[in-house]
Amino acid sequence: MDFDLSEEQRLLKESVDGLLGSSYDFDSRKKYMAEKGGWSKTVWGKLAEQGLLGLPFSEEDGGFGAGATEIGIVMEAMGRALVIEPYLATVVISGGFLRHGGSAEQKAQYVPAIIDGSKTFAFAQLEKNSRYDLQDVATTAKKKGSGWVIDGEKFVVLNGEGADTLIVTARTKGGQRDAQGIGVFLVPANAKGVTKKGYPTQDGLHAADISFTGVEVGADAAIGDPENGLALIERVVDEARTAICAEAVGIMDESLKTTVEYLKTRKQFGVPIGSFQTLQHRAADMFVAVEQARSMSMFATMANDVDNAKERATAVAAAKVQIGKSGKFVGQQSIQLHGGIGMTMEAKIGHYFKRLTMIENSFGDTDYHLRRVTNAGGLV
Amino acid sequence: MDLSFSKEEMAFREEVRAFFRDHVPAETRRKLVEGRHLSKDEMVAWWRILNKKGWGVSHWPKEYGGTGWTSVQHYIFNEELQMHPAPAPLAFGVSMVGPVIYTFGNEKQKQQYLPRIANVDDWWCQGFSEPGSGSDLASLKTKAERKGDKYIINGQKTWTTLAQYADMIFCLCRTDTSAKKQMGISFIVFDMKSKGVTVRPIQTIDGGHEVNEVFLDDVEVPVENLIGEENKGWDYAKFLLGNERTGIARVGVSKERIRRIKELASKVESGGKPVIEDQKFREKLAEVEIELKALELTQLRVVADEGKHGKGKPNPASSVLKIKGSEIQQATTELLMEVIGPFAAPYDIHGDDGSNETMDWTAQIAPSYFNNRKVSIYGGSNEIQRNIITKAVLGL
Repeated sequence: MDFDLSEEQRLLKESVDGLLGSSYDFDSRKKYMAEKGGWSKTVWGKLAEQGLLGLPFSEEDGGFGAGATEIGIVMEAMGRALVIEPYLATVVISGGFLRHGGSAEQKAQYVPAIIDGSKTFAFAQLEKNSRYDLQDVATTAKKKGSGWVIDGEKFVVLNGEGADTLIVTARTKGGQRDAQGIGVFLVPANAKGVTKKGYPTQDGLHAADISFTGVEVGADAAIGDPENGLALIERVVDEARTAICAEAVGIMDESLKTTVEYLKTRKQFGVPIGSFQTLQHRAADMFVAVEQARSMSMFATMANDVDNAKERATAVAAAKVQIGKSGKFVGQQSIQLHGGIGMTMEAKIGHYFKRLTMIENSFGDTDYHLRRVTNAGGLV
Repeated sequence: MDLSFSKEEMAFREEVRAFFRDHVPAETRRKLVEGRHLSKDEMVAWWRILNKKGWGVSHWPKEYGGTGWTSVQHYIFNEELQMHPAPAPLAFGVSMVGPVIYTFGNEKQKQQYLPRIANVDDWWCQGFSEPGSGSDLASLKTKAERKGDKYIINGQKTWTTLAQYADMIFCLCRTDTSAKKQMGISFIVFDMKSKGVTVRPIQTIDGGHEVNEVFLDDVEVPVENLIGEENKGWDYAKFLLGNERTGIARVGVSKERIRRIKELASKVESGGKPVIEDQKFREKLAEVEIELKALELTQLRVVADEGKHGKGKPNPASSVLKIKGSEIQQATTELLMEVIGPFAAPYDIHGDDGSNETMDWTAQIAPSYFNNRKVSIYGGSNEIQRNIITKAVLGL
């Protein structure tokens, strides 16, 4: 048993922290948000240069063969810096579909462009009524010749407007909530019949609602078995959940630090407000919440290496519950302890809170995952 | 990062588990499962079995009878012990006064006390808290005045756990009244049968008798019973309290109790079906299980850190263990109360003497719930723990 990072992992952490520390302060972030598309191509290029975009891909595919721990290191650092570039959508999720389900030809066609930073991707999954249920898919993919015709609507697709390629879940057979009959398809963003409506999200990212009307793709567009894709989707989404758990830990840790610093410097009644026991104990409770979240983020990271899908899913769900609870507490109390200044757009603390809030509502909220852990019979 | 146990560690777990399975007396285990109090004889009998095996003082240095286990092995041993469940070694002897004696005591004291602690030939109790000195322990007033080769001790101790069984007490006494409050305290041990020692029971809200008041009136104690240096007792007390960081989370105890909740909740019916099938109840239970898993990992992080970097500078996460551990223990006793519902009410008048075998499992659930309110109070209340985090971790 060893919770320490290996030498390579430590170096990775140093280099990510170094890169984001120098190029990603709060003011730079504002400038990146104002750039075309809502994020910085320059930063993306630097991430590519440092090899971060190729991290999880195998060495044969031109990557570094890194695992969940390394992705966790990157995501935690991105949480600290509140990075808005589409790393989750492109590298973690879309990269995940290609790694776990892609054919040799698909990998050869798409992976190099992810690694060198020339192309970004988006995962079009959420539908109007699917909420957090991955097997609730109304969008259809119907056979036409050797290829497919896709029809349906997807919502809140992260990086949906700027992505070059969309990875779309669509039903090839069965009813809307059947576990069988779901496929995963690669769709060029500029394909005929694809209509996008982009918008910024509450936490400073960008997303789009996308409709697919008679969109034709070839047989080679399907990732894995087009009639049996749910296991692949669950695996990749579990990796995404694990990644945002790590991101949330970075955010919480930084929120706590920022808040403690504020308690030390802000004076009222002639003394630093951190001398008041009510506020001290609130900060202590925040510390407890962060440490419990950190532990469960590690638990989820570990679970990604587990072959048993049910065990993995339960562990990741449990982590998401803890992150949800800790995140809400740490986020809300960070604002509370900052007082009025925490309510302003110009203070960074509120932006941490907003991202934590959106993480809670991504890929299943606390109640959703608590139900999953419950129905799996718990952890003891 | 590698969070799995090694083959050797898994084999060790099997060895420990098998030993408990084969050697913990069945009646002792049953009483613990049901939340009943054990008699002195039952506890001592088990500790002697443990000591004979060489595991009575497992974390002591090898030269005094310890095992030389790694931090992870200690963790596994404690978890298996708590999950079996079997009584933990008497903390006052094994975890508290023992380490103070082998660290600060002289040769004669080591030879005189350590083997008797290991075999529980002496039952030790702790004379720290006083009526006016709880969280503010250093304000204690019990006085030890030096007269020739004796200390004359006067004062009152309280919350003295199982003093009714004790042969020996380790006591914090003020030896210099002029010094600043932490500076004038000494660590003195003496025989509970000494003239002038009076033990009075305190009945707690569960109806049990675990704690006592101890009155000390002109108790004469030989000066050789001073451990370490005079007026350095506060340092030894701090050492003692900081010694058992990781056991305090009691993850194994909570795991065992969650299994018990599941077992009982599948027997008790509500609305025509077992309580365990009630979605709301199940979700509440799952919530506690998730908190417990997080605590277990936090504890493992601290354990792994100790194994690697020694106990000198504890991982900041160790402060979480007491707070979360006690909250979870209390949550499990609350869930048991929910399981039995209205049958929590009957008062088990025979409960504590072990003589009544006819009472069924419901009898101890309310007392156990009442009794467990103590876990967020003792050992430094959870509010004191938050003060510690505030100062030591956050630097406020």
